[in-house]
Amino acid sequence: MPAVKETIETVESLAEYEHGFITDIEMEMAPKGLNTDIVRYISAKKGEPDWMLEWRLAAYQRWLTMQEPSWAMVNYPTIDFQDSYYYAAPKAKVELNSLDDLDPEILETYKKLGIPLREQEVLAGVKGAPRIAVDAVFDSVSVATTFREELAKSGVIFCSMSESIKEYPDLVRQYLGTVVPVSDNFYATLNSAVFSDGTFVYIPPGVRCPMELSTYFRINAADTGQFERTLIIADKGAYVSYLEGCTAPMRDENQLHAAVVELVALDDAEIKYSTVQNWYPGDKNGVGGIYNFVTKRADCRGVRSKVSWTQVETGSAVTWKYPSCILRGDESQGAFYSIAITNGHQQADTGTKMIHLGKNTRSRIVSKGISAGKSNNTYRGLVSAHAKAKGARNFTQCDSLLIGDQCGAHTVPYVEAKTPYATFEHEATTTRLSEDQLFYCRQRGLPTEDAVALLVNGFVREVLQELPMEFAVEAQKLVAISLEGSVG
Amino acid sequence: MLNINNLHVEVGGTSIIKGLTLCVPAGEVHAIMGPNGAGKSTLSYALTGREGYEVVGGTATLNGDDLLELAPEERAAKGLFLSFQYPLEIPGVPTLTFLRTALNAQRKARGEGEISVPDFMKLSRDVAKKLGVTPDMMKRPLNVGFSGGEKKRMEIYQMALLDPRFMILDETDSGLDIDALKVVSEGVNALRGPDKGMLVITHYQRLLDHIKPDRVHVLAGGRIVDSGGPELALALEADGYDRYKEAA
Ligand SMILES: Nc1ncnc2c1ncn2[C@@H]1O[C@H](COP(=O)(O)OP(=O)(O)O)[C@@H](O)[C@H]1O
Ligand SMILES: [Mg+2]
Repeated sequence: MPAVKETIETVESLAEYEHGFITDIEMEMAPKGLNTDIVRYISAKKGEPDWMLEWRLAAYQRWLTMQEPSWAMVNYPTIDFQDSYYYAAPKAKVELNSLDDLDPEILETYKKLGIPLREQEVLAGVKGAPRIAVDAVFDSVSVATTFREELAKSGVIFCSMSESIKEYPDLVRQYLGTVVPVSDNFYATLNSAVFSDGTFVYIPPGVRCPMELSTYFRINAADTGQFERTLIIADKGAYVSYLEGCTAPMRDENQLHAAVVELVALDDAEIKYSTVQNWYPGDKNGVGGIYNFVTKRADCRGVRSKVSWTQVETGSAVTWKYPSCILRGDESQGAFYSIAITNGHQQADTGTKMIHLGKNTRSRIVSKGISAGKSNNTYRGLVSAHAKAKGARNFTQCDSLLIGDQCGAHTVPYVEAKTPYATFEHEATTTRLSEDQLFYCRQRGLPTEDAVALLVNGFVREVLQELPMEFAVEAQKLVAISLEGSVG
Repeated sequence: MLNINNLHVEVGGTSIIKGLTLCVPAGEVHAIMGPNGAGKSTLSYALTGREGYEVVGGTATLNGDDLLELAPEERAAKGLFLSFQYPLEIPGVPTLTFLRTALNAQRKARGEGEISVPDFMKLSRDVAKKLGVTPDMMKRPLNVGFSGGEKKRMEIYQMALLDPRFMILDETDSGLDIDALKVVSEGVNALRGPDKGMLVITHYQRLLDHIKPDRVHVLAGGRIVDSGGPELALALEADGYDRYKEAA
């Protein structure tokens, strides 16, 4: 396929966004636009039970009454929601029984992205290297999920959302939409109506998940929105560490990504959720790129439950994202560690909400925002303690680094305490990458780009340390790549 | 080795170095002394290529290479090192990470391979022992929260580890107590050699008791106004710089 090859070569020569290639395969698409027929089409394609279809239709009716939010510090042209495809799936030639039935183009895509889909490839890797189970989502469908059998031995359920609806309807019905209600916000409601695929994880009581779980999202098709939905449940005393990675081809049109992620942690359970978001950010002139409007929320439902969100946000043209924790259980703990990098014309409005409901709940926020080029980077955070949240504590550290003089950094903290027995601490700094430090590094032999990477990595170190080892190394490289050409 | 000829440097449109000529042959250590504001640090920044220190005339070469043509990191790779009068703090970057990255960048620029981690660890420990740098200092982010004296010690530690060919020490003695001065001076002396050169900037004689210079120059009003042997430093200590006011 010469067209594909050409695209790949063009993209490789650009080097700035190395995941920008397009996979040329036959797709099955729903007609463009959004109406109840499309919702029915998606549900039918997935062979969903009636209750799921009803849920979607109710969400769609609700969505029709809602307005797109405008409070975030981001600007983008009005989205025509009728001018997008809401379902795109690689056309399966036969029923998929094993990876060998998967379109080789898709296998090749994940290989190029460095995502291991074949278990033996993972196993053949370095001895003692951590094994990671992967759910690969390609446009609207999950194409492969690895290590399922091994995980099943310890009772862990790790599968695509579509499968979970059919295989584990009771669990899904018990938890779906309980953290992010259908009516939560414009994008979450849209997602509830048209969500395509995503990952479902259930860790049974007392089980420590024996390996890292991960989902790798890839938007490929043009004019297609991705609306994935992820639900992770850690039952009493369970532990899981979950990683999420995302990339998309370089396209001139903007593409919408509106995901919903729900986490539920019961008594003494712990969930670590890490994201390295590297959607295509658009070109130098701000053309194209992903609109990343995501609702991520964790419910620390049980006593002493713990959730931490760690995110490295380097991609997307516009990011609107506030992974949050509802600290419902007494003594539950929430953490948010974030690195948000904007360069070129990117805009990010991101942060977190820590809602303290239970007694002696604790939360910690460390946000590192880096703005370069003509970009804008906003931290927006809410910390609230309700009347019963006696002894609630929050610590917030919010640092911004500016590279150059055409970018902006903004910090918008909201604090609400309805009990006098809450302690909130907030520290914020804004610094400009110093010419003096750069010269010092260069005098020691570091070229400017390496010096910037080193200084920036120093700035974000506290957050990088929260990532699982193998992800931290990737993230460190990504930080350097995202800022290439930002100085000098 | 280092040849500076009729160098003119402007800072923010003001002429600071006004026709400076100086030659440091391989194997020698030269001291530059002079009153505050004479342009000593300006000279060191111009030689290492700091932005804002505009060379408007003259030449400077190191072993025949035109320094003024090169980017700061290229000058470093050629073996030019500056021990800063005011070392910078680099938050979040452990000293050893910083130094390994710098060393490898220099080696890469020279077409050499990367140093292995065990070799680097051994090197860093050996050098640290000689200079009284503690393991804790090596692990902490570079210079962050260090005292003035610790920062100066760290500069010489970096210098010893990077093993440059030409070293400029800008007021390394300030901030060091007597004991530290001795340790640091010994470290510096160990780096002298037949194919190395040093320019030691100071305005006190006491450093030169420990690091014996071959030549002493007086910098005043942007020029070298006097040169002599080590005895010149002693005379300056006794009489001060007043007699050069005219010359400036
Ligand atoms: N960045 C600067 N901007 C303006 N003037 C400067 C700057 N740096 C140095 N100078 C001036 O240049 C002169 C020489 O300074 P410097 O080289 O630091 O002297 P020394 O190191 O000999 O004490 C002084 O008059 C100082 O005020
Ligand atoms: Mg000075």
